[in-house]
Amino acid sequence: MRLLPWNGRIIDGKILFDGVSIVDLDEDSFRRDYRWKRMATVFQGAMNALNPVMKVGDQIVEAVLSHQLQEKQNALQRVAELLALTGVDPRRASSYPHELSGGMRQRVMIAMALACNPEFVITDEPVTALDVIIRGQVLKLIKDLQRKLKLSVMLITHDLSVVAETCESAAVMYAGKIVECADIVSIFKKPAHPYTQCLVNAFPSIRGEKKKLASLSGSPPNLLNPPVGCRFHLRCPSALDRCKRDEPGMRDLGNAHYVSCHLTD
Amino acid sequence: MNKEIVLEVVTLKKWFPVRKDIISSLLSKEQTYVKAVDGVSFEIRRGEIFGLAGESGCGKTTTGKTILRLLEPTAGEIRFEGIDLATLRKSEIRAIRKKMQIIYQDPYESLNPRMRIFDIVCEPISVHELAQNLSERREMVAAALEDVELSPAEEFVHRYPHELSGGQRQRVAIARALVLGPRFIVADEPISMLDVSIRAGILSLMLKLELKFHMSYLFITHDLAVARHVCHRLAIMYLGKIVEVGPTENLIANPLHPYTAALMTAVPVPDPTAERIKIAISGEVSASPTPPSGCRFHPRCPCVLDTCKSIEPELTEVNKEHLVACHSATTRQ
Repeated sequence: MRLLPWNGRIIDGKILFDGVSIVDLDEDSFRRDYRWKRMATVFQGAMNALNPVMKVGDQIVEAVLSHQLQEKQNALQRVAELLALTGVDPRRASSYPHELSGGMRQRVMIAMALACNPEFVITDEPVTALDVIIRGQVLKLIKDLQRKLKLSVMLITHDLSVVAETCESAAVMYAGKIVECADIVSIFKKPAHPYTQCLVNAFPSIRGEKKKLASLSGSPPNLLNPPVGCRFHLRCPSALDRCKRDEPGMRDLGNAHYVSCHLTD
Repeated sequence: MNKEIVLEVVTLKKWFPVRKDIISSLLSKEQTYVKAVDGVSFEIRRGEIFGLAGESGCGKTTTGKTILRLLEPTAGEIRFEGIDLATLRKSEIRAIRKKMQIIYQDPYESLNPRMRIFDIVCEPISVHELAQNLSERREMVAAALEDVELSPAEEFVHRYPHELSGGQRQRVAIARALVLGPRFIVADEPISMLDVSIRAGILSLMLKLELKFHMSYLFITHDLAVARHVCHRLAIMYLGKIVEVGPTENLIANPLHPYTAALMTAVPVPDPTAERIKIAISGEVSASPTPPSGCRFHPRCPCVLDTCKSIEPELTEVNKEHLVACHSATTRQ
């Protein structure tokens, strides 16, 4: 979304949106044609991302008017539509964020992201900090909206069960790199990377046999000084000598299942 | 498991007065209260991990803090090893605190960032004057750190919290709770802020310590899958009341209260091929300080009967040790 903080820079690589390299666009063109129009974000910590001194309806109006030339009247109408779409009573547009529950604030954030009819939505930890029952409602909403509006959605989360419930494919990241990428069933049933395997086995389940939970020793590496070779080797239960020297490339295991690990060679 | 009862909570209540605005004070309107904990009763046995589960706002953390008298109870009894803590003076509570400790949810907030690990773990020893000299203090701190697998202890004692990972900080918090040799620990969501890959390590540590020191835990959580994994018995709270309680596997296999049943189906399952049939319950927990009349769950309940709207159900034993507060569930039996 080109929203990195002042000390973050894209130094290499490509981001192609519909074939267009958006990294190369100037800020004005990007803002005019892409940001919020074709691609939008539901930010992490939606509870706190809303402006506490503005009514929520006004915040969505702001999003609409910043990106589209419209009469305020039309914008207000759009706000009512968006709130209804996300399951919020349109009369709540005149509420302040603190008057809404966590689940409702999350829905308002989703409504805001959909303001200009984007094709692609990034949701960053959409249900963290929400209770289990509300979480279920919000994830269902995301899936329903995706189907109804034919959206492409990128869901960022640390919670694998959210991925299992909502996503069709997934990429697992570790220390700044993608270590595995596959369709959702392969990730959970046939994980190829030791890190993915640990994540999948670290979940206690309410169903079935009570199993022994997996745990990783150590902690994520300091990215100021990442380990040489494979970044995961220090915590990997199956590390080989090679892993300490050479960084593994991305390998295609077939069926669009990619993994970056010497063990699969 | 030893059947000796370590903690018995009897109709515990914790009500928070709602601040009146000027007009209400002038008109002398009656004081309203947020009845965060409104008549909760349960017992915990020696060597048992008792789970208290529910969504945010149900009163579970308030219950945990009130038991330790970190909050003053409004009414009810808290019998720890036979003594009613609710009646003790503050000075008497201090002595009992050696036997009852707490582990908080946030390992980033619960450790003083300006104190070294040694000082953090040593503080309870100094406060209760349990050691005669520095050498004894060092021994006790080292033993506690080794117990939580922060080994060798010398590598950790001089560090500050920010130099440790979340999981290591939580281990320090556990060491600090252990160092006085408590019989009972309130663990308030002890792993919910840790990365998933680290959680199992902390849970297994807690289980090891429970066996080694024959401690009891009140394990507060909103995650039923975790509760299933560690708790021997489990109580489900809703809006300040316990709605169901019993042996964990029984509750999970056969939830009697509609709220418990809905929670069970809402628990995330890390398996994309699993069938997910969710029991739909509408709306959200009421934000008003006044709970609904009759059964507090009735406005959202899929099985609501007429009685539910006016008469509050009592906890009734339905199967061996499995109790539920629900008109619909008790009539079905």
